[in-house]
Amino acid sequence: MDTAATPHANYLTDGYGLKSWLLTKDHKRIGLLYLISVSAFFVLGAVFAGLIRLELMTPAGDLVESDVYNKIFTMHGVIMVFFFLIPAIPAVLGNFLVPLMIGAKDLAFPRLNLLSWYVYTIGGVFTLWALVNGGVDTGWTFYTPYSSAFSNSNVALVVVGIFINGFSSILTGLNFIVTIHKMRAPGMTWFRLPLFIWAHYATALIMVLGTPVIAITLVMVAAERLLHFGIFDPTLGGDPVLFQHLFWFYSHPAVYIMILPAMGVMSELVAAFSRKRIFGYEVVAFSSLAIAVVGFLVWGHHMFVSSQSVYAAMAFSLLSFLVAIPSAIKVFNWSATLFKGSISFDSPMVYVFGFIGLFLIGGLTGLFLAALAVDVHVHDTYFVVAHFHYIMVGGTIMMYLGGLHYWWPKIFGKLYHEGLARVSAVVIFIGFNLTFFPQFIVGYLGMPRRYHAYPPEFQLWNILSSAGAVMLAVGYAMPTFYLLYSLVKGKPAPANPWGAKGLEWETPSPPPTHNFDTTPVVTEPPYNYAK
Amino acid sequence: MAPQVDALYFFLVALTAFFTLLISGFVVYFAIKYRRRAADETGVPIHGNLKLEITWTVIPLIIVLFIFGWSARLFYTMARPPAGTLDVYVVGKQWMWKFQHPDGHAEVNELHVPVGTSVKLTMTSQDVIHDLYVPDFRVKADVLPGRYTHLWFKATKPGRYRLFCAEYCGTNHSGMVGWVVVLERAEYQKWLAGGAGTGTMAQTGEKLFKDLSCVTCHKEDTTGRGPTLIGLYGKAVTLDNGNAVEADEAYLRESIVNPRAKMVSGFQPIMPTFQGLVSEEGLLQLIEYIKSLKAVPSNATGAAAPPAAAAAAATPGKK
Repeated sequence: MDTAATPHANYLTDGYGLKSWLLTKDHKRIGLLYLISVSAFFVLGAVFAGLIRLELMTPAGDLVESDVYNKIFTMHGVIMVFFFLIPAIPAVLGNFLVPLMIGAKDLAFPRLNLLSWYVYTIGGVFTLWALVNGGVDTGWTFYTPYSSAFSNSNVALVVVGIFINGFSSILTGLNFIVTIHKMRAPGMTWFRLPLFIWAHYATALIMVLGTPVIAITLVMVAAERLLHFGIFDPTLGGDPVLFQHLFWFYSHPAVYIMILPAMGVMSELVAAFSRKRIFGYEVVAFSSLAIAVVGFLVWGHHMFVSSQSVYAAMAFSLLSFLVAIPSAIKVFNWSATLFKGSISFDSPMVYVFGFIGLFLIGGLTGLFLAALAVDVHVHDTYFVVAHFHYIMVGGTIMMYLGGLHYWWPKIFGKLYHEGLARVSAVVIFIGFNLTFFPQFIVGYLGMPRRYHAYPPEFQLWNILSSAGAVMLAVGYAMPTFYLLYSLVKGKPAPANPWGAKGLEWETPSPPPTHNFDTTPVVTEPPYNYAK
Repeated sequence: MAPQVDALYFFLVALTAFFTLLISGFVVYFAIKYRRRAADETGVPIHGNLKLEITWTVIPLIIVLFIFGWSARLFYTMARPPAGTLDVYVVGKQWMWKFQHPDGHAEVNELHVPVGTSVKLTMTSQDVIHDLYVPDFRVKADVLPGRYTHLWFKATKPGRYRLFCAEYCGTNHSGMVGWVVVLERAEYQKWLAGGAGTGTMAQTGEKLFKDLSCVTCHKEDTTGRGPTLIGLYGKAVTLDNGNAVEADEAYLRESIVNPRAKMVSGFQPIMPTFQGLVSEEGLLQLIEYIKSLKAVPSNATGAAAPPAAAAAAATPGKK
C-alpha cells in the first residue's frame, strides 16, 4: 500500500528549518506550534497556582506581601483562562484533527490559521510584558471601578494583551465553521461527522459570536482608565455593574468554549475504547448546540448578589438550571455507551473514567450555584473556586490530556510508556480531588476567595488542598517526561494503534503533509465498529 | 434564614451524592462486565433508545424545576426585609467597614445588634465594589459605589460572628473583615447607653444641612428656591418631564450629588452638585435628617424623633 515508504513522507519531515515551522501553513504544524505555546503558558500558570497553595498553607499572609499575592492569583487566572483553557483543545487538538477527521487537506484558511497563532503569541507576549513590568492585581475578572479607576497595576497592558489574543479565538472559530461547512470529504454528511467535530462546531460559534463582546468591554476599561471616559466609574457618571453584564456575557459562554471541546474528545474516547457507536449520537450532537445557544442566556447567574432585581435573578436561575439538562444528557449517553461495549483500559480510557467522576461533581455542584438562596451564601467563596476547577481542570484538562494520549501516536508516530501513562492518570485524579474537594467544604464554611490571609479555623482544609496540589503537580509532571521521552526512544506507532474508527486512523502515523494520499470517500456512519 | 438555606443545601448534597454514586456505579459495573476479552472484539451496535432518553431528560428536568422553585421562594423572602426593622447604615471603603446607627453610634469593623431583631443594612461604598458577607447568617450583598443596596438578617443566638468582604477590592481585601456582635436585648441597651457620639444621625445631618447652606433654598414652607423637604421621604415626586419617582434613599442621594438628573417640576436647575463635598457618611446623615422631617414642621432637633435611649446619650458629646 505505501509505495513511497521513504522517511520523508510525513508532515514532520517535510522541511526541517525554523522557517519551515514559523511560516508553515500546515494545520498540523500550526497545531504543534500551539502545543508548544499552550504548554509553556500552562507551566507558567501552574507555577502561580503553586505559589497560591504555598501561601495558603498558613492563615497569616506571611510568604509574600498582599499586593504580590493579589498579582499571583490574577496572573494564574488570566494565563490559565485566556492563554491555556480557551485555546488548549481547539487550537491544539482541533487544529490538528478537524481536517483529518472530515477528510480534508487543510483548514479553509491556512494563512489565517497561522496568523491566529501569531496573534495568540503577540497577545501572550504583551501579557508577559505586563507581568515583568510589575504585574496586574485586579483578578482575571477585571471588575470595575477597581480595574478602571483604582488599581495601580498594569491593567491596560494586560487588557490589550487579552484583546489581541481574542482575535486568535475569532480566527480559529471562523476557520472551523467554514471548514466544517465546505470541506467535508465526499460522503461525509453532517450525521456522519464525529462528535468531536460537532463539539468544535458549537465551540466555534461561541468563539465568533462571544469574543467580540469581551474585546470591546476590555477596550472600554482601557478607555476609562487612560482617557477617563465615564462608562463604569460612578464618579464619572458610569455604572460599575454594567461591566459585569458585559464581562459575563462573554465569560460564561467562555466556560463552554472550554468544556464543549472536552466533551467532543470524551465522545471520541468513549466510542474508541468501547468499540461502539455513541449511544444517542444525534442527541449528543444537538446537545452541544443547545449548550452553545442557551449558554449565552445565563450570564446573570454570576451576579445574584450584585444588586440585580429579584425577578431578573429568578430568570437567570431558571435558565441556568435548564442549561444543565443537555450536559446531564451527555453524561447519561456516554455511560450508556459502555453498556455491551468492548471496554479496554488503555490510558486515554483511564482519563475517561476520571472525567466522568469529576464532571459529575463539577456539574452537580453547579446546581448549588444556580439555586438562588444557596448561591447567596457560597458566591465568591471557595465553593465557587472548587466548582469551576472541577469543570475546567477536572473536565477540560482531563480531556485535553486524554485526547493528547489518544492521538499522540497519530501526531508524532511514536508510542509512549503505557504503564506510566495509566499511573499518571490515576495520580492526577486523586491529586485533583485532594486539592479541590476540601475547597467545597471550606467555601461552605464561609472562606471568601482571593483572600491572602484567612481565619485560623480554615487552615486544616487549606493544608489538605495544598498537599493535593503537590500530588497534582507530580501527576502533571509525569506525562511531560514520558511523552517527551517517547519522541526520542518511543516505538514507532502503527496507523491505527487502538483499532479505532475515524478517518484520522486511516492515514499513516504521522500523517503525510496533505493528510490523505487520495481523498477519502465516506460510505458508512461514524463509529461503525460492528462487523 | 440560615436553617432554611442549609436544608436546601443538604438536599443538594444528598442529590449530588446520589447521582454521583449511581452513575459511577453504572460506569464501574459496565466497565467490568463488558471489559474487552479478545483483541479484535467489538461492542454491540446500539443506536439509542427513545424511551430511555426521554426518561433521563424528563426526570432531571423535573428535579431542577423543583430545586428552582424551592430556591427562588426562599430567595424572595431573603430579599425582602420585614416591616419594622432596626436600621443600620454601612459605608465600605478600602479597607474597612463603617457602621452608623441612627442614634449616632458609629463603629468600625464591628456591628452590635440585639438578638431576635430584624436588622436592615443600607449600604454603599466610598470607592470600589465591596461585599458584606456574614457566613453564619448565610447573607451576602454587594456594596456598590454610587448606589444603595440592602441586606437584612435576624440573629437568633448571641455571640460573635465573622464578617467578611467577599468582593475583591484591592491590596488589603482579606483584611477587610470584622465581627457582628449579637447581644442579649438588655446587653444591647447597655451598649447603646454607653459612650455614644455626637448626636443622632439626623441631628448630625441637620447640622450638615445648615453648614452646607442647604437651608437657604430648601425652606420649611414653599417660599424657598428649592422644593421643601418636609414630609418628602417616601412620597411621589413629579418631575419636569412629567414622570413621577418615589423619593427613596437612592433618589435623595442622586439629588444631592447630581441635582440635575431628576428635576422637580416647577423649579429651576440652579442647585450645584455636592459630589466630593459630602462624604458617604454625610450623605447618609443628610438622608436620615430628611427622613426625620415629618409632615408637622419643627425647627428643633426634636424633629428627628430619635430612639429614647439615644436621646440621653446624645447630649454630652454634642459639639
